[in-house]
Amino acid sequence: MWEFVNFYFIPGLVLGCIYALGALGISLTFGILRFANFAHGEIMMLGAYFTFTIMGLTGWHPLVAALPSMALAALLMLYLDRQFFRPFRDSPTIMLVIASFGLMLMIRSAVWVFYGTQSKPLLRGFQRPTQYLDGAIQFPDKHLWIFLTTIVIMLAIWYLLTRTKIGKAMRAVSDSPELAKLTGIPVETVIRATWIVAACSAVAAGVLLAIDSQLDSLMGFKMLLPMFASAILGGIGRPFGAVLGGLVIGVAEELSAYPWIGVEPLLNPAYKTGMAFAIMVVMLIWRPSGLFKGRVF
Amino acid sequence: MTVLALEHIDAGYGDTAILHDISLQVERGEIVVVIGPNGAGKSTALKSVFGLLNITAGRVVLEESEITNTPPEQVVRLGVCYVPQTGNVFVNLSVQENLEMGAFVRSDDFRPRLDEIYAMFPDLAEKRRQPAGSLSGGQRQMVAMGKALMLEPKILLLDEPTAGLSPKYRGEIFQTVKAINATGVPILMVEQNAKQALGIADRAYVLVDGENRHTGTGPELLADQEVARMFLGAKG
Ligand SMILES: Nc1ncnc2c1ncn2[C@@H]1O[C@H](COP(=O)(O)OP(=O)(O)OP(=O)(O)O)[C@@H](O)[C@H]1O
Ligand SMILES: [Mg+2]
Repeated sequence: MWEFVNFYFIPGLVLGCIYALGALGISLTFGILRFANFAHGEIMMLGAYFTFTIMGLTGWHPLVAALPSMALAALLMLYLDRQFFRPFRDSPTIMLVIASFGLMLMIRSAVWVFYGTQSKPLLRGFQRPTQYLDGAIQFPDKHLWIFLTTIVIMLAIWYLLTRTKIGKAMRAVSDSPELAKLTGIPVETVIRATWIVAACSAVAAGVLLAIDSQLDSLMGFKMLLPMFASAILGGIGRPFGAVLGGLVIGVAEELSAYPWIGVEPLLNPAYKTGMAFAIMVVMLIWRPSGLFKGRVF
Repeated sequence: MTVLALEHIDAGYGDTAILHDISLQVERGEIVVVIGPNGAGKSTALKSVFGLLNITAGRVVLEESEITNTPPEQVVRLGVCYVPQTGNVFVNLSVQENLEMGAFVRSDDFRPRLDEIYAMFPDLAEKRRQPAGSLSGGQRQMVAMGKALMLEPKILLLDEPTAGLSPKYRGEIFQTVKAINATGVPILMVEQNAKQALGIADRAYVLVDGENRHTGTGPELLADQEVARMFLGAKG
């Protein structure tokens, strides 16, 4: 029982938090800009590398160093939007998707040039799990940070989207860009706000992932599938659906390796990322609008 | 005093010309109704005021200043509010959030205005927390009008506010339009339900094939033989 909680459920929840943060950004940009941004994973990865550099310069804790990285990534994202996405605002969606794909390759290559292709740890040393309930439940402190950081960011974004003028305008544009324009909502300003939120949440996801495992120039790319699956599961364009989708997929991936029948893992752990893919395919066939009635194209 | 005037407008989508030499006028305090067969260009005429398509000849004048081809975001700021024929509420936003978005360009405290709107539409006050997409067609129309009124506009443009509504709601919407007008807001309204619309109109225009066909007061057009034959279902 405790083995199930400690080695499957808690790691699943932690992974789910990271997926949720990533999927939130994808879902938000999809809702407002109407395209699947393949460069999102790369912003995650880049944010983690920025954080690594800032830690090297200042010796700060990764979660502190993540704050200036968020600012840097947000500025970069605004610049990239201007250069790569704005010229295609009124073009067919596929143009934007291809632009984002190109951007993904460019960012990854740039990281290879500056940081090399070797993966490296963000946190050094092995963390001994902390014990709770007389040792029944145990997990490393970093998992607690990941969990708490995710909750704080989710609450902040929830507050933004439901309680502030610009956040409500973001939801309005996601709902109907035409009507937003007729209402006098400055759509370009809303788009900029969206990129800022997407970049910050991506950096958070990237840093948490690097804390959980390590810095790796392919980490963003590897996250794309589970993040898109989460966004689809939650209903694309529904940011908080994506959060739930992320948690479900994270937990499902880890639980798929639990020895449910007999003593062998149900699914060889090497295949657990296949869970995200399977869930995505099932959702697309059975209910493409996702659990929360997102958009279907 | 003239609040809004379209003067000899030619306009269309891309290269397709739809409106030919259209002129319309709304005086202070008036309800002006535009009727005409499907595809006559009624919606297009409203869109041309709002900068949604290219005006190739003629002028649009708001009070004293020309606003020909001004983009929609700016037209809103100048005090013209437009309720389109379809997709006129944010379905995923609550009723209250829709109204707040209506006030987006306001920087002052709009809460007193919100209370006035709820007083005008008591049904909406009860449903303020519900997503607008969950309301009935008539209630949505009220959200759309309430949202437009948040700005205390100089003029309100309505495109077929009663389209697809039951007769009961239709009557209610016409009463609401009259009530809004009574608060001093001039209204330019496109309508299919010609008889009822002419009944509340100070003046009306009949558009056919993108051109002005008839113009007159509501009662004049109601009494007109040709208008009666075209729109009111009367024979001969
Ligand atoms: N977005 C568009 N692009 C190209 N042509 C259009 C567009 N919208 C309308 N039209 C054309 O413009 C003409 C006038 O359309 P409009 O919508 O103004 O008619 P209407 O009088 O409002 O009709 P209805 O009573 O059906 O609403 C029609 O021939 C229509 O096909
Ligand atoms: Mg029309």
